[in-house]
Amino acid sequence: MQWEIVIGLEVHAQLSTQSKIFSGASTAYGATPNSQACAVDLALPGVLPVLNKGAVERAIKLGVAVGGKINSPSIFARKNYFYPDLPKGYQISQFELPVVDGGSLKIQVGETEKIVNLTRAHLEEDAGKSLHKDFHGMSGIDLNRAGTPLLEIVSEPDMRSSAEAVAYAKKLHSLVRWIGICDGNMQEGSFRCDANVSVRHKGTEKLGTRCEIKNLNSFRFMEKAIEYEARRQIEIIEDGGSIRQETRLYDADKNETRTMRSKEEAHDYRYFPDPDLLPLEISDEWINNLKATLPELPEARRDRYVATFDLSSYDAETLTSSRELADYFEAVVKQLPTQAKLCANWVMGEVSGRLNKEGIEITACPINPTQLAALLSRINDSTISGKAAKDVFNSMWSGEHAGDADAIIAAKGLKQMSDSGELEKLVDEVLSANAQQVADYRGGKQKAFNSLVGQVMKASRGKANPAQVNAILKQKLA
Amino acid sequence: MFNASLKQLSTQLSEKKISSVELTEIFLKQLQKLNPSYNAFITVDEAMSLAQAKAADKKIAAGQAQPLTGIPIAQKDIFCTKGLLTTCGSKMLSNFVSPYDAGVIERFNQVGAVNIGKTNMDEFAMGSSNETSFYGPVRNPWDVAAVPGGSSGGSACAVAARMAPAATGTDTGGSIRQPAALCGISGIKPTYGLVSRYGMIAFASSLDQGGPMAKSAEDLALMLNVMVGFDGRDSTSLQRETEDYQHDLAKPLTGLRIGLPKEYFADGMSDDVAVATEAALEKYRQLGAKTVEVSLPNAHLSIPVYYVLAPAEASSNLSRFDGVRYGYRAKSYNDLDDMYRKSRAQGFGAEVKRRILIGTYVLSHGYYDAYYIKAQKIRRLIAQDFIDAYKQCDIIMGPTTPTVAFDLGEKNSDPIQMYLSDIYTSAASLAGLPGMSIPIGFGDKNRPIGLHVIGNYFTEAKMLNVAHQYQLETDWHLRSPQFD
Repeated sequence: MQWEIVIGLEVHAQLSTQSKIFSGASTAYGATPNSQACAVDLALPGVLPVLNKGAVERAIKLGVAVGGKINSPSIFARKNYFYPDLPKGYQISQFELPVVDGGSLKIQVGETEKIVNLTRAHLEEDAGKSLHKDFHGMSGIDLNRAGTPLLEIVSEPDMRSSAEAVAYAKKLHSLVRWIGICDGNMQEGSFRCDANVSVRHKGTEKLGTRCEIKNLNSFRFMEKAIEYEARRQIEIIEDGGSIRQETRLYDADKNETRTMRSKEEAHDYRYFPDPDLLPLEISDEWINNLKATLPELPEARRDRYVATFDLSSYDAETLTSSRELADYFEAVVKQLPTQAKLCANWVMGEVSGRLNKEGIEITACPINPTQLAALLSRINDSTISGKAAKDVFNSMWSGEHAGDADAIIAAKGLKQMSDSGELEKLVDEVLSANAQQVADYRGGKQKAFNSLVGQVMKASRGKANPAQVNAILKQKLA
Repeated sequence: MFNASLKQLSTQLSEKKISSVELTEIFLKQLQKLNPSYNAFITVDEAMSLAQAKAADKKIAAGQAQPLTGIPIAQKDIFCTKGLLTTCGSKMLSNFVSPYDAGVIERFNQVGAVNIGKTNMDEFAMGSSNETSFYGPVRNPWDVAAVPGGSSGGSACAVAARMAPAATGTDTGGSIRQPAALCGISGIKPTYGLVSRYGMIAFASSLDQGGPMAKSAEDLALMLNVMVGFDGRDSTSLQRETEDYQHDLAKPLTGLRIGLPKEYFADGMSDDVAVATEAALEKYRQLGAKTVEVSLPNAHLSIPVYYVLAPAEASSNLSRFDGVRYGYRAKSYNDLDDMYRKSRAQGFGAEVKRRILIGTYVLSHGYYDAYYIKAQKIRRLIAQDFIDAYKQCDIIMGPTTPTVAFDLGEKNSDPIQMYLSDIYTSAASLAGLPGMSIPIGFGDKNRPIGLHVIGNYFTEAKMLNVAHQYQLETDWHLRSPQFD
């Protein structure tokens, strides 16, 4: 029996507004507890919410970017429950008529493309934080985060593996940063994911009972949590049991999920339209004005890279995984328009690899696009070999010669030997010193040829142009 | 002095015949004399009032006086006042000193009015008799055995007993108009959205509206001039051009079409109220108005609709009173849930709990559509009834209450009977329309009777004109209870 995993994601993206969604208090992270909680955030008697237009604009931008429908009017609703870090005793959220309905994202896993549909995206306010340490048996409340604007983006249960779920989450993460509505900082909780996971026999239509896993604060944890949870569910069913609908918490230390609350314990939130906030009217003009401010979206860029630069869809997808990376790539390729593939390989390979290794962002890359293009053009005009280029790259990264590729090539004497007379002399020396391999090659052993190329390269101390060496050798051995 | 209009007081102040400090002292003295018997005030801070009066005198001396500068005003204890206890009539807020002023309070402060004290009220404005106040019931100054009405009973009593020249109130289903009627004063609830709700502790947000209570329509106009205005901190506040509510007071009423909803003149109205209402209407006919019968076919549903929607909103609005950040917290508890439970069980009175229960019930899964959604639909029908009625008339009149003030304790055990005392006022609240009550005589046991005037949206100036013309011809509004 083959099992199929069904996953839907709920993502809470913190919107990058300066002030809170219903008050003027600052949203800056990490301030002294309760220093950024005003009367509205504290829910003093008599205070009222006033909607932050910037939060709505960011929600609309997301809606436009995913091709969703923008609802007008859109309604704010109260979600009622008691918790000490929820000062009003209700959270202002949206229930019926969220700002965004529908839309979709295209994801790529390996060579396979897939559309993930969105259910909705709605605005809501964040709660505060309960602090349980350092209070001698009591709890502390920090309301700095209370009222921070969130966009909850809910997907359809369209994903079938943890890899797809991660690809979707990454895609969404990239998109919200791409269009500038969220800083995407997962450590600070700016982008939080919950996964709804269920399993079913492959080929069946009916969805299995799902469990919601909370607290997936990295893509790696998401992948592991989903895999653990799917395995857990499959084992229960295979043992003749059934899945209980519940909310589970992922424990990264133990790599397991455990029950947080069951469906029976779930609150009746008693949603109803918030009478303190009028229905939100969003005009077509407003939507169009915001649409005009959006940058070229990742999908469009990706398609353009395939069409204009003749890149594979995989390469194009990788290069558009963040706007900063795509911008970097384009700045390089602009200076080497005919060598897009070379540029792509270097940006995805050396540059990205080194950035990952050092844990820095592309925006902080010590080699700027112009410097990289200068290096790549020396590969292109055969001044240096690809191998030597990596050496130069490392020197540029360390800031040698102010990152000037030509200066480094000169200093290191890495310029390729292109003088054919000189090369021929080298080849002749190698051939006479390796009579056995020459004989092997002539006897049909292809490997011997490669060994001879290697010998010539070695003799040139890496400076010989391999293509030229190949040609000369072939000619001499013919 | 006690019967002087706001305009007369203002003139005397600007002509320096009396200072604000002197005027404030006179009213404080009256207040200290009468309040022990009537319990109209929860908090009085003489030093603060006198400091404000002193500041007002400076303003007057500097020639910066505005119509209400230096005049003592009683503030309903639902409005947050910076540095002063704001209880909302509840034990829950018995220790709450607001760190900020309500929008309405700011507006009074800006013109230099004097806050003479915070008036008693039904707990969280939930009640029609002022008996639900944690601070004890207010007495009707016309008859200590009678209730003053509610929830703005303290304000109504303060004005009727001349402990303050005017007061603020709030009205959710009749809380300005009903006590005004029962205490023989004038009170107006403006169109929803005209008076800022910022800092006005919420009962039912979609219905709550602040408004003035005073001796006459003329005084109400001056009060409205201060109270009405856009407030960006209240998303339901309306941005409109500033209006002088005195502007139309003098207009003759010739040709005025007064609509009389047949549903309001049917069963339920007591004889004394019927007689006084008819006499008032006759006076209007003499003033050149004509009466036409109109119909509000869904008005009879306004009490049930009101008692679904108002508690629904209240159940959520009152969730913030949890003992965590401010207000009352139980002395001992075992854990968080226990703290919530005990703090709210001990901090709220019976009527508040009843409404939280009703509201929680009607919003619950499985009941929401049958109650809340249905009530919202009927609410729209009720509003439509008025729109239709105003095609045939300019203004609507009827009794404010079915009977004169009832006795203390009379309706305590029967909430439905208590709720029915708002039967004529709640429809206008649901429609968001302005409503007013003016005194038109005395009935059973010589207790006051009010005429209910419902205007179309934003016709407060017209309503005040209609009331003022009546008050030019009658003296009911000048009568005051006699004290030994």
